[in-house]
Amino acid sequence: MKFIFDKDSWQEIFGSIKKSKLRTAITILGVLWGIFLFITLLGSARGMENGFDKNFKNLATNSIFLWAQSTSMPNKGFQRGRQLRLKIQDVDAIKRQIPEIAFVAPRNVQGVFGGPPATVKRKTNSKTYKLFGDYPILDNVNKVKILEGRFINMNDIEDEKKVCIIGEKVVDELFEKDEQVVGSYVEINGSFFQVVGAYKDNQTSFEGDDSIYMPFSTFRKINNTGDNIGWMVIAAHKDADITQVEKDVKTVLKRRHNVHLEDKRAFGSFNFGEMFSRITGFVKGIKFLTWFVGIATLIAGVIAIGSILLITVKERTKEIGIRRALGATPSKVRGQIVLESVFLTLIAGVLGIIFGGLVLMGLNAAFGDSDSFPFVNPAVSIPIAMGAVIALVTFGSLIGMIPAQRAVSIRPIEALREE
Amino acid sequence: MIEIKKLHKSYPMGKDSLHVLKGLDLHIKEGEFVSIMGSSGSGKSTLLNIVGLLDTHDEGEYYLNGQLIEKLNEKKAAVLRNKFLGFVFQSFNLISYKTALENVALPLYYKGVARKERQEIAMEYLDKVELKDWANHLPSELSGGQKQRVAIARALVAQPKVVLADEPTGALDSTTSSSVMELLKEINREGMTVFVITHEEEIAAETDRIVRLKDGIIISDEKVKKNVKV
Repeated sequence: MKFIFDKDSWQEIFGSIKKSKLRTAITILGVLWGIFLFITLLGSARGMENGFDKNFKNLATNSIFLWAQSTSMPNKGFQRGRQLRLKIQDVDAIKRQIPEIAFVAPRNVQGVFGGPPATVKRKTNSKTYKLFGDYPILDNVNKVKILEGRFINMNDIEDEKKVCIIGEKVVDELFEKDEQVVGSYVEINGSFFQVVGAYKDNQTSFEGDDSIYMPFSTFRKINNTGDNIGWMVIAAHKDADITQVEKDVKTVLKRRHNVHLEDKRAFGSFNFGEMFSRITGFVKGIKFLTWFVGIATLIAGVIAIGSILLITVKERTKEIGIRRALGATPSKVRGQIVLESVFLTLIAGVLGIIFGGLVLMGLNAAFGDSDSFPFVNPAVSIPIAMGAVIALVTFGSLIGMIPAQRAVSIRPIEALREE
Repeated sequence: MIEIKKLHKSYPMGKDSLHVLKGLDLHIKEGEFVSIMGSSGSGKSTLLNIVGLLDTHDEGEYYLNGQLIEKLNEKKAAVLRNKFLGFVFQSFNLISYKTALENVALPLYYKGVARKERQEIAMEYLDKVELKDWANHLPSELSGGQKQRVAIARALVAQPKVVLADEPTGALDSTTSSSVMELLKEINREGMTVFVITHEEEIAAETDRIVRLKDGIIISDEKVKKNVKV
């Protein structure tokens, strides 16, 4: 240990490094490149992960969209091809029977799955928009970014209030600039509704920014939908197996609607949880690849240091012979070469980490605020960076052993004879 | 100081072996100035390497400063070399990227002497070989004679018991040769045992005792009659 902190051993190392500056620089470059790639790739993968997280943070990721279709098998006297309808009672039933479910948001819409959209009038302006009937719980599934005012609440539902929340684009098209939006009235399908809020599109759902939300109960009343619901969003608890939940929900619904249990067509669904886990899997894959490529490049760099030191040792055979004739013990010779190797890898590693960090900062400045490219706050944690440095020191000393051993394996008499 | 009894050494040459030293007996006392004469192939370099602990012998006994040399590992050999032996080589063997002063100080580094003290002692020895003004020059900036004087300073700096010089004047012209020999003589006068290997009669004549070696055997061992110069 004393050897490492001895000023003289460092003097010897600087002496031999100074002797061949270019070679040292090239040697360092190998490891520098390796750790630079490692840090940059790992940070970028992290940035991507953060980016996806940011894009999906407004969604309940462990969720299913489920709707009714027509049967494909006859059952209990019903013929095949019977059109099914989800009922509001189904919601309570599946919530009761499947404990993994966190909540269910039943939804209705006019103007998305066939049928004309709703006509909306404001003074002399008239246009058609998609019209949604929703519960406040929707906010938990697909968070609505409210620009001003509020979203639907339970009072609206209970009192079947004639209120609505309109999209940014609707505001632009129906209202004059600087006109008060919240509190004003619009005519929807012939009835007047008070606007209680305006929202902004969050880009991850099909509402867009040209839709209108109203309370589920109000929608049902004005559209005469009775107990029918268009579709439902079912969110499971975070660690629940969403694929199993999807199966269970369908089984419950098939029993309730007298559908054959083997009927594949009766209920359609989109498993958002599965898609999300595929994205997560993709990010994981990239991370794994990064680790693999990074470590492989790093090892290649360290091996380059080892081989260059081997050449150095060969070139310095005579010098090492002289030193040994003057009283250098094999352990001193070995120690010096290993220390030189560790020193070079360490310098290269630290420089690589610094450059990698700078590039990540640059990437963050370029893409960090962009909504379209999922790349937020790319970073490598301190423990990983420290781990990389420790690995470098370890690799550096291991690889340094090879030239060091070679240096002492040549007997001084042979070394001195070399011209 | 150096005592050798029935020393044998052979080198393997393919299937055969080359018998280089064939039972040498040699005793060098403290303070002697001895030269080993012989043509190339006579075994004189091998003898020097064994005496210098750079090589091992096969048979016989070798005492250095009263200590029997046997089963030396590299570490022990290095320590003994540092402690007892100073080397002067034909090709100087200075380290090219170190200054004269750093070269001289190197044995002290391996001896474990503190840096500042090392510099002071090294400077003292450079002064002794009259190269104090050249202390911060690299070997490439020195003449052959100067280089050899630096090498001699380096050989002396750790205060060894014996200075081993392998053809110390082999790469020098006659003027510088004689100044180097003068320096060696002066060191000897101060009490140092000096052991020179040469094939030049004139150089050998400068020493006090000449041992002639031929085909691995000592053929003569005699004192030099000094012509006292007036």
